Amino acid sequence: MSELMEALITMLVKVGVVFATLLFVAAYLVWLERKVIADIQVRWGPTRVGPFGLLQPIADGIKLFFKEDLIPGHVDRALFLLAPALSVIPAFLAFAVVPFGGTTTLFGLLPKPVPMYLADIDVGVLYVFGITSLGVYGIVLAGWSSNNKYSLLGGLRSSAQMISYELSMSLSVVGVLLLVGSLRLTDIVRSQEGFLLWPLPKWFVFIQPVGFVIFFTCALAETNRAPFDLPEAETELVAGFHSEYSSMKFAMFFMAEYINMATASAMATTLFLGGPLGPLGPSPVWFVGKVLVLLFVFIWFRASLPRFRYDQLMTFGWKRLLPLAFANLIVTAVAAAALGMGG
Amino acid sequence: MELAIFAGLAAVAAVSGVLVVIQRHAVYSALFLIITMGALAGLYILLEAHFVWAVQVLVYAGAIMVLFLFVIMLLNLPREDVPWRPDDFRRILIGGALAVVLVGELVLALLFQAGEQAPALPASPGFGTTETIGRLLFTEFLFPFEVTSVILLVAIVGAMVLAKKQLL
Amino acid sequence: MTVPLSAYLILSAFLFFLGVVGVATRRNALIVFMCIELMLNAVNLSFVAFARSLNSMAGHVFVFFVMAVATAEVAVGLAIIIAIYRNRETVDVAELNLLKW
Repeated sequence: MSELMEALITMLVKVGVVFATLLFVAAYLVWLERKVIADIQVRWGPTRVGPFGLLQPIADGIKLFFKEDLIPGHVDRALFLLAPALSVIPAFLAFAVVPFGGTTTLFGLLPKPVPMYLADIDVGVLYVFGITSLGVYGIVLAGWSSNNKYSLLGGLRSSAQMISYELSMSLSVVGVLLLVGSLRLTDIVRSQEGFLLWPLPKWFVFIQPVGFVIFFTCALAETNRAPFDLPEAETELVAGFHSEYSSMKFAMFFMAEYINMATASAMATTLFLGGPLGPLGPSPVWFVGKVLVLLFVFIWFRASLPRFRYDQLMTFGWKRLLPLAFANLIVTAVAAAALGMGG
Repeated sequence: MELAIFAGLAAVAAVSGVLVVIQRHAVYSALFLIITMGALAGLYILLEAHFVWAVQVLVYAGAIMVLFLFVIMLLNLPREDVPWRPDDFRRILIGGALAVVLVGELVLALLFQAGEQAPALPASPGFGTTETIGRLLFTEFLFPFEVTSVILLVAIVGAMVLAKKQLL
Repeated sequence: MTVPLSAYLILSAFLFFLGVVGVATRRNALIVFMCIELMLNAVNLSFVAFARSLNSMAGHVFVFFVMAVATAEVAVGLAIIIAIYRNRETVDVAELNLLKW
């Protein structure tokens, strides 16, 4: 077997594993969300299908798959069909550069260690931001092509919200980049090795706590999650941009939302929580564990906080988060220069 | 291989570029413009300009075009927003002629240059990386870089003032 | 770089041509504006192609500046279009003839 074939097969297997994992995560995140929120509200949540309702996502999937695919008569057909795909594809693509582990030989089955990421590119962080910012097109075009005033409002809200919060999100990361001196995600993970002050690991969440809080808040807004779920606010917009969607096309929007949550958590883990680094045991376990904790926080927020009003959302984004992100960046820059820490 | 990729991306860019100009509705124009920009981003990877690729996706596709779509949707124009007018034919004729003259000039200039084209130099290490661009921006191009920030500030203030419901 | 520089330049010239046609013939202010963006993109392509061919990063830096200016231009331009639409209820550039004489 030639070098090239070997590399190709390794790559295909890795892509397959990541793709399947993301699909699985999207399905079971729904189950987790229903269970956790049910627990918080002292209910049972899904219990009927399988033990603890564990087969519920599969039942839901089968239902959505066999449901009639309705296309309302007044929609703009081409864009109406395109929008769900546009929203789900970037969600998958963004995961390509996230390092989810160190290297593995798969318990000695492989001749040489294989690094656990799909691609390691020079502009890693920019890649993730660029690809995730494309996800908004799906929502905006769904809102416009549905030809329905509620959907249009949902799309409008979503585009304004995404642009506003993307600024603070990028600025909150610049602090980390300043200390690392590289946009490569593997470099960022590597620079978090070791201890800050034993037993505190040298994760950026301890050096850049404000940056982490801003990043996570913006991640909530970018993934359209409560308390920033205005584009799909059920009570005021009857589900907003996806009012007119049913069956598989609706499922694709749903999947995109949950995969985006997973990607945002994975990015927060990589940038601020040391990625796959951990004291002992296999590194992917640490990575998945940290991501799961963050996903739990996502769900926790949804169960605890009421939705913002639209003007509150904008005021919060532009007048609170953005200046805070700038202040954080300036303080970081000055401190890094004074202590000679910059990369 | 590289040639095939170039041909594919160039064809996508050219065809969707034509569609930007001839579409009836602004939303479709914007969509095809996004596709053109995506194809150009692909060409930037072929040219080993990774940072430019990232900025192209992030700024053009991710921010500028979203802003365009936002405004198109905010104005909520009807499907046929600008109906046909009798003097349109003259406009197309004159505009087209002007553009043909311009592009003819460009092609002539290219043809005269083609003979003395030197073979491309091999890319030096660090070509197109963020680090090299950062170094250039903060050394050789420091002054224009600082001026850019002033331009952006002016644009922010200008947009704020213009988009306000009543001026002052 | 097996693709010759001239191929990139021809594509760039063609896209620029399309932009000019659009600006000269379309009457929807938003589409005119998008055609200007198309021209800027065409120029960016030749900058990057030249940068690769001459092995000089200055072209990339220029693209960076072009993008910064394009962003500023879009922000102000779209604000102007919104302001005009508010007053005149149209985005047809042929109807905006108040300053014509």
